[in-house]
Amino acid sequence: MSLTTTPAAGGHDGVHEPVFVGDTRARLEQYFTLYPTKQACLLPALWMVQEARGWISEPAIGEVAEVLGVTPAYVKGVVTFYTMYHTHPVGRHFIQVCTTTPCGLCGAEDTVRALLQQTGCGDLGATSPDGRFTVVEVECLGACGFPTPIVVDDADFIESVTPDKVPEILARYP
Amino acid sequence: MGFPYPSDPRETVVLSKYFGDAGARSFDGWTQRGGYEGLKKALTMTPETIIDEVKLSGLRGRGGAGFPTGLKWSFMPKGDGKPHYLVCNADESEPGTFKDREIMRWTPHGLIEGCAIGAYAIGAERCYIYIRGEFTDPWREMTQAVAEAYARGALGADAFGSGQRIDIVLHRGAGAYICGEETALMNSIEGKRGNPRIKPPFPAQAGLFALPTTINNVETLAAVPHIMVRGGEWYKSLCLSNPKSTGTKLISVCGQIQRPGNYEITMGTPMKELIYDMCGGLRPGRTLKAVIPGGSSVPIMNAVEAESCLMDYEGLVAAGSMLGSAGMIVMDDTADMVYQIWRLARFYAHESCAQCTQCREGTAWTTRILERILAGKGTDTDFQLLLDLADNMTGKTICVLSDSCAAPVVSGIQKFRGEFEAYISGSRQPVVAGV
Repeated sequence: MSLTTTPAAGGHDGVHEPVFVGDTRARLEQYFTLYPTKQACLLPALWMVQEARGWISEPAIGEVAEVLGVTPAYVKGVVTFYTMYHTHPVGRHFIQVCTTTPCGLCGAEDTVRALLQQTGCGDLGATSPDGRFTVVEVECLGACGFPTPIVVDDADFIESVTPDKVPEILARYP
Repeated sequence: MGFPYPSDPRETVVLSKYFGDAGARSFDGWTQRGGYEGLKKALTMTPETIIDEVKLSGLRGRGGAGFPTGLKWSFMPKGDGKPHYLVCNADESEPGTFKDREIMRWTPHGLIEGCAIGAYAIGAERCYIYIRGEFTDPWREMTQAVAEAYARGALGADAFGSGQRIDIVLHRGAGAYICGEETALMNSIEGKRGNPRIKPPFPAQAGLFALPTTINNVETLAAVPHIMVRGGEWYKSLCLSNPKSTGTKLISVCGQIQRPGNYEITMGTPMKELIYDMCGGLRPGRTLKAVIPGGSSVPIMNAVEAESCLMDYEGLVAAGSMLGSAGMIVMDDTADMVYQIWRLARFYAHESCAQCTQCREGTAWTTRILERILAGKGTDTDFQLLLDLADNMTGKTICVLSDSCAAPVVSGIQKFRGEFEAYISGSRQPVVAGV
């Protein structure tokens, strides 16, 4: 079965373009040299898929399984264990908000409310109607002295987000 | 220092000296500040003498367990012909703790140096630094610093011309509190679900890739270069109370406090001094109600216990809690203890890897029972039910996640029973919708 013609279950376009070609393939090969097993490159490989595609689809799971020599079921088991891998498409900008105890004591719930309202997402985990944002609540982001931290697009870590700062922050993410 | 606030004169600034100083992040900046002297010195020593010096210093694991570091290193087999690994646990995710993040963000070369010394001392062919996926800034700083350390010859085939090969690989996590547990972390590096493993075998016999492995916390390894430069005796002398707790400790203070931040104290400093002097006390008009001193997994202390205890491994055990990872969550008189304990239980229920029944079921049911109490539907029998559950969750599972869920529940009921009773009797209005 060719990976390129596998219909993407719930995907954007129905066709899975392979991720591990060209530079991405070269990056993966580089990872192979850093671990004694190919399987150990699974988390890095999944990160590469998510960076390239925004989420990890079933066909992408199949591709990862093939390049690492493990079964798709095994890869899916790992994907679903970790909270940062998306198994369905999310908004153009993905916002994680910490609400664990230390942040909760300092008003994290107000920040969540402001984010949900101003992104238009309405509910946690839902994507805004314009497809721009998805907001999720996460457990401790490890910046408890800077309540409330958020992580945008797995890349930008923003400290001390209070409701009044939300409009300015959202404006950075068109 | 109490980053992001200015350093307090009562702190003993060793690891946190350059927090907030972006110039310390580069290789040149680090060497100008005296960096890499520890590694250079260590490379002239034998692995045995390094381990002896670390043993002498009294350095203990800063991740939570407090195991003597030199002793841990000495468990690694010698001359077995197998590859050895050093793993640096940078999966900091214990609620209340945010010290390793600052070490990696501001002094990445300090950690690299500590890892390199550790790897040399235990004969590791490679050191993996496991950084949690959410730590994007530390990841960026560490990536840049490791590349620079290779380029400048501090790492690689011939570290500082010593003929010694030292390799460091960064591994990014993907969102799982449990991967901070050492065996779960090793599974995660191996490309597996982050389920903790049954011990024995201990990592020194069969750890990462089933090979002899030592795993240390970021703060532990970051302290090692200072011990190399200034000596084990110096480190050991940093002690205000019990000689078994030596050196400095970064305390991440957060919650309802005037100046949250990372304060570096000498072991044995009174908690009262930390809260009221260094951190500026509570918000105006507020009084202290509770402190969770060692990250959310340790028993809760009431104000009296907190104000009379000493901050070191033994001092906190004597006060009925633990130093843990030293993530100190402060709560004032406005905190609803039932709600906060429920929120903690919910954290553990979310983070349980679900391997062990006691944990999978126990954390979930604890959360639901607490939610029922908060909804005004609790009964007097819920106390015994919660305590029975906690008993089944303590000391009966592969790792201590379920124990960590039980600790705040048991100590919370013991010390703040009245607040639970107020919800049950209806004298306090429900704060969540029914379950």
